[in-house]
Amino acid sequence: MVRHAFAAGAFALALGAGMLAGPAPATAQEGIYVPLFTYRTGPFSGSGIHIANGMRDYLEMLNARDGGIGGVKLLIEECETGYDTKKGVECYEAVKGKKPVMVNPWSTGITLPLIPKAAVDKIPVLSMAYGLSASADGNRFPWIFNPPNTYWDGASMIIKYIAEQEGGLDKLKGKKIGYIYLDAGFGKEPIPLLEQLAKDYGFELKMYPVAATEMANQSSQWLGVRRDRPNYMIMYGWGVLNPTAIKEAVKINFPMKNFISIWWPSEDDARGAGDGAKGFKTLNWHAANANFPAIQDIVKHVVEKGQSKADKASIGQVLYNRGVYNSMLIAEGIANAQKITGKKQVTGEDVRRGLETMNLSAARLKELGFEGFAEPIALTCADHNGHKASFVQEFDGEKYVPVTKPITPLTEKVAPLQEAAAREYVEKNTGWPKRTEPCDKNS
Amino acid sequence: MFYRDAGQFKTSYAADMAVFPLREDRIGLAVILLVAFAVVPLFGSDYLLNVVMIPFLIYALAAIGLNILVGYTGLLSLGTGGFMGVGAYACYKLTTFFPEVNIVVWILASGLFSAMVGLVFGLPSLRIKGFYLAVATLAAQFFLSWAFQRVPWLYNNNISGAIEVPGRTAFGFAVTGPSASPSVRYLVVLGIVALLTLLCSNLVHGRIGRMWMAVRDMDIAAQLIGIRLLPTKLLAFAVSSYICGVAGALLVFLWYGSAEPDVFSITLSFQILFMVIIGGLGSLLGSFLGAGLIYLLPIAMRLAAPAIGLDVAPSTIEHVTFMIVGALIIAFLILEPHGLARLWQTLKQKLRVWPFPY
Repeated sequence: MVRHAFAAGAFALALGAGMLAGPAPATAQEGIYVPLFTYRTGPFSGSGIHIANGMRDYLEMLNARDGGIGGVKLLIEECETGYDTKKGVECYEAVKGKKPVMVNPWSTGITLPLIPKAAVDKIPVLSMAYGLSASADGNRFPWIFNPPNTYWDGASMIIKYIAEQEGGLDKLKGKKIGYIYLDAGFGKEPIPLLEQLAKDYGFELKMYPVAATEMANQSSQWLGVRRDRPNYMIMYGWGVLNPTAIKEAVKINFPMKNFISIWWPSEDDARGAGDGAKGFKTLNWHAANANFPAIQDIVKHVVEKGQSKADKASIGQVLYNRGVYNSMLIAEGIANAQKITGKKQVTGEDVRRGLETMNLSAARLKELGFEGFAEPIALTCADHNGHKASFVQEFDGEKYVPVTKPITPLTEKVAPLQEAAAREYVEKNTGWPKRTEPCDKNS
Repeated sequence: MFYRDAGQFKTSYAADMAVFPLREDRIGLAVILLVAFAVVPLFGSDYLLNVVMIPFLIYALAAIGLNILVGYTGLLSLGTGGFMGVGAYACYKLTTFFPEVNIVVWILASGLFSAMVGLVFGLPSLRIKGFYLAVATLAAQFFLSWAFQRVPWLYNNNISGAIEVPGRTAFGFAVTGPSASPSVRYLVVLGIVALLTLLCSNLVHGRIGRMWMAVRDMDIAAQLIGIRLLPTKLLAFAVSSYICGVAGALLVFLWYGSAEPDVFSITLSFQILFMVIIGGLGSLLGSFLGAGLIYLLPIAMRLAAPAIGLDVAPSTIEHVTFMIVGALIIAFLILEPHGLARLWQTLKQKLRVWPFPY
């Protein structure tokens, strides 16, 4: 027994010593440190792995092809969050000391605690089309960026699409629209907007919340759908929620063409439901194929050298490309910061300015090898989002095919809500710092 | 040799009944307190304070709370996460209603709300025992999680359904919010944890603690010697929930900074229960050791892999950590079913007689 005790003691001592030292200090190596918060484990890994691969591969490609950005190598490091807030905050603390130029939390739950910290630690947060919708207000949230559109924009675009199918917004009257969502910050956020739209346009809103612990078992929600017979279903899901919902919808013979999701489901999510999933629709704002010079460069410089974890078939799929899009924004923010400041080795403060003055014009997208990949986007000091249009894409059994022109959000409905929410956030958090960061001219 | 009771004579009843009868133990405790109160905040890095010490102390406090119920009174509870949530939400509501009151006061007061909720859910404990009680407290857990999700008043109608901690000061220092320095937050957590640990130590070593233990060991016998079961059990529920509630408020206000209802799910309840079981049922020291093992081991392993020059993907480390921690827990339970606290006692016993074991 005593030997066990000593062994345990020695073990504990060794671990304790390691912990006191903390994570390895920033490497002396010159470079721009870009941490990526990823989740390749846990219940959300089905979605998270593709995103992580896309983000990482694009940045690795820049390192391999151009030697980084502006000649400075990117130091890429993944931190595994498992989509868990606790681990995400831990990751943030672990990377904070290494002077990251920005963080990408990839979870609304992790984004929320980081929002107040960003201004204090001088680390911008890029929460691409997730996180706090109100943080699109750059005057109140100078350190938070959530391009290219918010969940409210998404909800309004889906409603607009439905109205188009019915022949106009006034035709929504008397229709029944179901809303199935992840019962967390992410899924709850659109509810006030949907409720208001329901009132304005006279449609009936039915809600089917799915708790995070019950994602894989939605039979009761879909029983409700079968009873209520909504004309359309809207879904805000993530992780296992998406494939389960699609399968259940197929099972109850819900008309798939009337089932529209926010931009998160992947090809795998729909494919699991077999042929019945044909016609399932999602929003999207970028292409879902690999026919772009930049993505071909990823294949050439990263994948074929065996440095990617991505499965070859997944390259060009929705979530992989979403990760690539995210990294394109990261890279553009850094490149822009270098341009404004004239420095090569940029800091978080510089990259904040870089993101704020970002102008991804059609010409710039072409230069980057992304011609036609997504709509041009420009951010301003007041607007950290862009509120860009998205199109609807349909699942054809194998891949997603765009079926509409880009649909613009219902700005007149969304803008007041965003303004009210941002104002309320600032009021609730007494002592919220006023914006002191000067506004750069858009370059 | 260095650790023995020879020559230390107890000349009064007080000395005989002391919690730490040995001079070496007292010195050791003083050194630990000195390190905790002075050395760590002065020399510790932000990472050590934010990621290691603050969460460790908060988990240890929650484990102490649960240990009072499970370890000392023998009432199995799975509602810890819910009770911690009550503390957190109560503190959030209190500080939004009365923003000018010192936040430390509200953190300590929020435990009272959780104690009240604990009392209500403790009522069935008179009639049902063991696993059946565990199921009843499980109901408490589910009900409370449901309330955190579904009662918008609790999170001030926040659109994202999360509670966000406003910046608050106490004694002129920023304690919560982004501008609070890690050392201040650490010292507040440490102060509260030390205070409540002292309180619990006095409770469990005194009359009340003995009543709890009598009920735990055999409730019919306890009843026969004149212990009233209902008040005793309810008191255990109240004290336990109070401490868990304070731990929950600390968790959100001084560690996370904002919380979605998911934080207080059944997972948290199980985590705390494992800490208590691994650490040692019915031991305050065990609560600290258990929290240390369950919370700190994965972090240490995540740091250890790069430190010894292994270049593996973070997700692989995550998987491996999962397996190793699981295996270690099983190993500990086989080698020492009474938990780490017992291991420590055995070690002390060996040291006492060393180098002449008999």
